[in-house]
Amino acid sequence: MSNKWIDKILPKIMKVAPSAKSRSVPEGIWSKCPKCEAVLYAENLRDNLDVCPKCDHHLRISARRRLELFLDADGQSEIGADIEPTDILKFKDLKKYKDRLTAAAKSTGEKDALVVKEGRVNGHGVVVAAFEFGFIGGSMGSVVGEKFMMAVNRCLEKRLPLVCFATSGGARMQEALISLMQMAKTSAALERLKQERLPYFSVLVDPVYGGVSASLAMLGDINIAEPRAYIGFAGQDVIRQTVREKLPEGFQRAEFLLDHGAIDMIVHRHQMKTRISALIGKLLPDARVREGQLLTRNGSIGRSR
Amino acid sequence: MAVSEFMNPDYLDFEQPIAELESKINELRLVGSDNKLNINDEISKLQDKSHRLTEKIFSSLTPWQISQLARHPLRPYTEDYIRLIFNDFDELHGDRYFADDTALIGGIAYLEQIPVMLIGHQKGRGTTEKVKRNFGMPKPEGYRKARRLMLLAERYRMPVLTFIDTPGAYPGVDSEARGINESIAENLAVMSRLRTPIIATVTGEGNSGGAIAIGVCDHLNMLQYSTYFVISPEGCATILWKSSDHKAAAAEAMGVTSTRLEELGIVDQTIAEPLGGAHRDMKGMAERLKVQLLEQIDRFSKMNMEELLERRYRRLMSHGAQRPR
Repeated sequence: MSNKWIDKILPKIMKVAPSAKSRSVPEGIWSKCPKCEAVLYAENLRDNLDVCPKCDHHLRISARRRLELFLDADGQSEIGADIEPTDILKFKDLKKYKDRLTAAAKSTGEKDALVVKEGRVNGHGVVVAAFEFGFIGGSMGSVVGEKFMMAVNRCLEKRLPLVCFATSGGARMQEALISLMQMAKTSAALERLKQERLPYFSVLVDPVYGGVSASLAMLGDINIAEPRAYIGFAGQDVIRQTVREKLPEGFQRAEFLLDHGAIDMIVHRHQMKTRISALIGKLLPDARVREGQLLTRNGSIGRSR
Repeated sequence: MAVSEFMNPDYLDFEQPIAELESKINELRLVGSDNKLNINDEISKLQDKSHRLTEKIFSSLTPWQISQLARHPLRPYTEDYIRLIFNDFDELHGDRYFADDTALIGGIAYLEQIPVMLIGHQKGRGTTEKVKRNFGMPKPEGYRKARRLMLLAERYRMPVLTFIDTPGAYPGVDSEARGINESIAENLAVMSRLRTPIIATVTGEGNSGGAIAIGVCDHLNMLQYSTYFVISPEGCATILWKSSDHKAAAAEAMGVTSTRLEELGIVDQTIAEPLGGAHRDMKGMAERLKVQLLEQIDRFSKMNMEELLERRYRRLMSHGAQRPR
């Protein structure tokens, strides 16, 4: 019926997997949209920046993939790559925190839930932090806080804007109060950025909750969300139990936040790079890297004051 | 946990043996008014016994028992400390945008001769008052009022004293619609650079973002039987143990005692409570806290402002800092 694009790509698949036995689906070739459940050709989905071509649902993607989509290909360097979490409190619930860390590292390939890179976006120098939701729900513990601070410090040092893609369940319970303190730590660091007149773009990506939404994610000079992202402080189950009534339609969606004045704009993943780099150009006109001009190590492109 | 209908509601489950002794003492006092014979001796014996029993019970409290004490229905609240420690309190109302949140109160008072800005969560006693105070769970307007008062304090060089005692920020539809997350985040940012000393005291339960939203400070006090958690023990148990029945285990796991929090550099000072907890001797507790607050205000008011702010910033950055191993 409406699977025209599937018809188009079918011959291609046949080439990729000519001897596919009966109905078995070769792994990595097909994906299913978690929202409309359309069966999608993985390569098409990737080419569409992991947005469902059928229903426009923005799929959850890894921190590295996010950075790959956002940053210019060359001139990237990672910040704080060697920082690893420690189980200071020897926390144990049904599982040991240590084991959860090992499992998360194995499944995501990351050491913790934040990846930070310095690079360029359409030629503008920038530091970008991206949360890894696959790492214990993108929860913020001491490593996330520390790397976020390092991201801010790099911005201050080189006079660069900061972009953060936040997707997180909140503070990491297994680090107890140390996690809570990361809310204050990251917010205080951002305040320095503000005082130095360096722009901070907070991009809220499905889902952002708890301590992350109540600190760094809501403090953008410009707050941007991806379409239909869930953004809130308290989880919907908790709210339902408290108010004991049905929650309104679209509650805590990006569109709800836009209506209520909490965010500046909703930007489609396809336009994210263009929109943010254009905004950087407006806020920091001097920082624009002109044709042929390269970023210097001492950050000489910073605006003169 | 045996909750019997005979349980004295003024005592927690693990305090029931004390409650029984106390009720015996009261009975004897009633009899004593008719018959003075040996009764006084008996009463003083029982009082000794009650004292020793209280000491014994309170010498080895579990984190969950401390969590219960932190929420004890008789525990002194912010208004009690305001009344017992400060003079001439002018309560200031409203966030100027939406409403006055009665779960978070604030205003100007004197501590001895020093004008100070007081900001604290306020719980209620009895059903009506509890509902009025929204069980000490502020909405965005509460945090925005707090921010307004902090900025007022900054302009007039008044130290800010905060009192933390909340189950958390209010998880409701209206709260979310008005941006509870932003209201907390903005307070964290503003407090990190507020140009006046900030001294925070956890007096009861300090849970999550709703607590730290008035908790960024130069000096953090915790009362001996107060708690400071990233999430309530019930919430933690629901998520990690899949049932709130494991709240005691959750409190245990998160239940970093104030001593441990001192070691981690998060809490600066634990203030000892009177025997049996702050609620058994509110005046005594208030007096202890007052002595500390006076000393702390004196110390921080003498500091050069830039030094104070730099110190506050370094302190915030040190939380969870990755030290070379």
